Amino acid sequence: MSELRGLYTLWLREVKRYLRDRVRIVSSFFQPLLWLVIFGVGIGASLRGAIPIPGLTYQQLIFPGIIGQTLLFTSMFMGISVIWDKEFGFMKEILVAPISRVSIFLGKMIGDSTDALIQGIIVIVLGLALGINIDPMTFLVSLPIMLLITFGLVSIGLTIASFMGSLESFGAIQSFINLPLFFLSGALFQIQSLPSWMQDISKANPLTYGVDALRNVILGAAWQPFQVQPLFVDIAIVGAFDVAMIIIGTWAFSRMK
Amino acid sequence: MANVIETFKLTKSFNGLTAVDKLDISVETGEIFALLGPNGAGKTTTISMLCTILKPTSGTAKINGFDIVKEPMQVRKSIGIVFQDPSIDDRLTARENLYMHANLYGVPASEQKNRIDSILKLVELEDRADDLMRTYSGGMRRRLELARGLIHYPKVLFLDEPTVGLDPQTRDHVWKYIRELKKAHDITVVLTTHYMDEADKLSDRIAIMDYGKIIALGTSDKLKETLEGDVIIIKANNAEGVMSLLTEKMGLPGAHVVNGTVEVTVKNGKSMLPRIVEAATQNDIFIESISLREPNLEDVFLHYTGRTIRADSGREPHGIAAIQRRKIR
Ligand SMILES: Nc1ncnc2c1ncn2[C@@H]1O[C@H](COP(=O)(O)OP(=O)(O)O)[C@@H](O)[C@H]1O
Ligand SMILES: [Mg+2]
Repeated sequence: MSELRGLYTLWLREVKRYLRDRVRIVSSFFQPLLWLVIFGVGIGASLRGAIPIPGLTYQQLIFPGIIGQTLLFTSMFMGISVIWDKEFGFMKEILVAPISRVSIFLGKMIGDSTDALIQGIIVIVLGLALGINIDPMTFLVSLPIMLLITFGLVSIGLTIASFMGSLESFGAIQSFINLPLFFLSGALFQIQSLPSWMQDISKANPLTYGVDALRNVILGAAWQPFQVQPLFVDIAIVGAFDVAMIIIGTWAFSRMK
Repeated sequence: MANVIETFKLTKSFNGLTAVDKLDISVETGEIFALLGPNGAGKTTTISMLCTILKPTSGTAKINGFDIVKEPMQVRKSIGIVFQDPSIDDRLTARENLYMHANLYGVPASEQKNRIDSILKLVELEDRADDLMRTYSGGMRRRLELARGLIHYPKVLFLDEPTVGLDPQTRDHVWKYIRELKKAHDITVVLTTHYMDEADKLSDRIAIMDYGKIIALGTSDKLKETLEGDVIIIKANNAEGVMSLLTEKMGLPGAHVVNGTVEVTVKNGKSMLPRIVEAATQNDIFIESISLREPNLEDVFLHYTGRTIRADSGREPHGIAAIQRRKIR
């Protein structure tokens, strides 16, 4: 009971801090907007209808991918809160409290995932504004899927941050991980047309199944012939990845001083 | 239970460096106990072990009857702590920080509001309770941290250098709050400090710590009495001359120079004064002034270690946070 209360209060803290950071929220519109408008329209125009998926524009194809990218970048970035907390000493207040490291990790992780989910919702709103068709049911179904994607990614960010002493080193590791995961997830293309060695790597990338799940939900029937896996398999793979990352994250937090 | 804290050969080494060396102390229920020592003496390390943040290399301690190694969760519920460095969330308000603490320590929801309101009143922050912490001054933050440490009604409150980095007026204020909080909540307080006056004015008993060991322990008066005497302060044209006069010619041990004046502790100050003046004159040393005072804790430290506690500030934080934190102080 008191563990749950501790977990809740840590969740609330992350969400409050995020919602108070106006600059971060406003600026979070910017990157996806560039990708969807400039990259999406630009590449779409130069492909001139050569997209092998009938009935979809290039912008529509990458829209779920850009949601995935936003979830990836923001989730990984959330680890920075651990480094801030260490530098500003607040981490000590949490670590000395009579609450288990599991609850500390889960509270922070679910809080950060909630923040990342809000970023994902912002991208969907952006998509609506750009004329991409998302009905209310699709929106509702995409919420738990987005959350599922963030759990594992946030856990990676928190785990790395728990080992890092400084912001600089955290930033360096980030770019090392983010871009490969992003490019190899098929967010900007469909992986069936890739050479087989690259396909193999993509299929080892958990984000591939996250993006595929979002496409299955958002693009629906048009995507089905091209899907990497059926929706429930995507969800199972992402879920298994989450469990593994959460276990590793909990372990990392339990050895943090 | 007479002793709320007992340590048993409590030891911590950091790759070869023994920061805390077989510490055996006991703290009585209800007292204010000070660990006084220079930077690097091992005070924070001791507190960290008692608070279960650091595992002892060997030995252990009991707090409120619970073993710090075997029952850390019980120990954590029994203690409150104000860390040496700031540890509040400055993106939240004071009240939010207190609620978060109450939830982390399992304070019943029905009691939270009352406790928080009354403690905010005690540290006189009720008017600012809903402002973000980042708008607070250093002294106000410290007061909030004191208040926070008490929200869950701990048996023991640890204060690690509670007034380091604060201006003299704010320090007086914080001392006042510590006394009042202690009275209102009937708790035991363990504080660490490298300020003599802080230990002297605030605590019932003082343990003087140096290189991880307790070198003297007792009430302030008792510690001063062990020196058995008075301190003579001599200002002369030739400090080295006075030094050699006292040590070699007059056989008085423990003379030392502080800011160009010579200080020496002697058994019977009043009768020693004229003898020093006479000896100086015979040796062509001109004494500008000479005076007598009671020994203070600085003299006690000096007596046991041969060194003075330099009142320099604590370890400076580094990295990006340091820039921010400097703004805070
Ligand atoms: N995490 C650590 N790793 C290595 N050495 C440490 C660590 N923490 C403290 N020390 C060393 O232990 C000694 C005691 O430090 P500390 O307990 O902080 O002293 P104090 O609080 O009395 O100033 C110092 O020499 C310090 O450098
Ligand atoms: Mg210290």
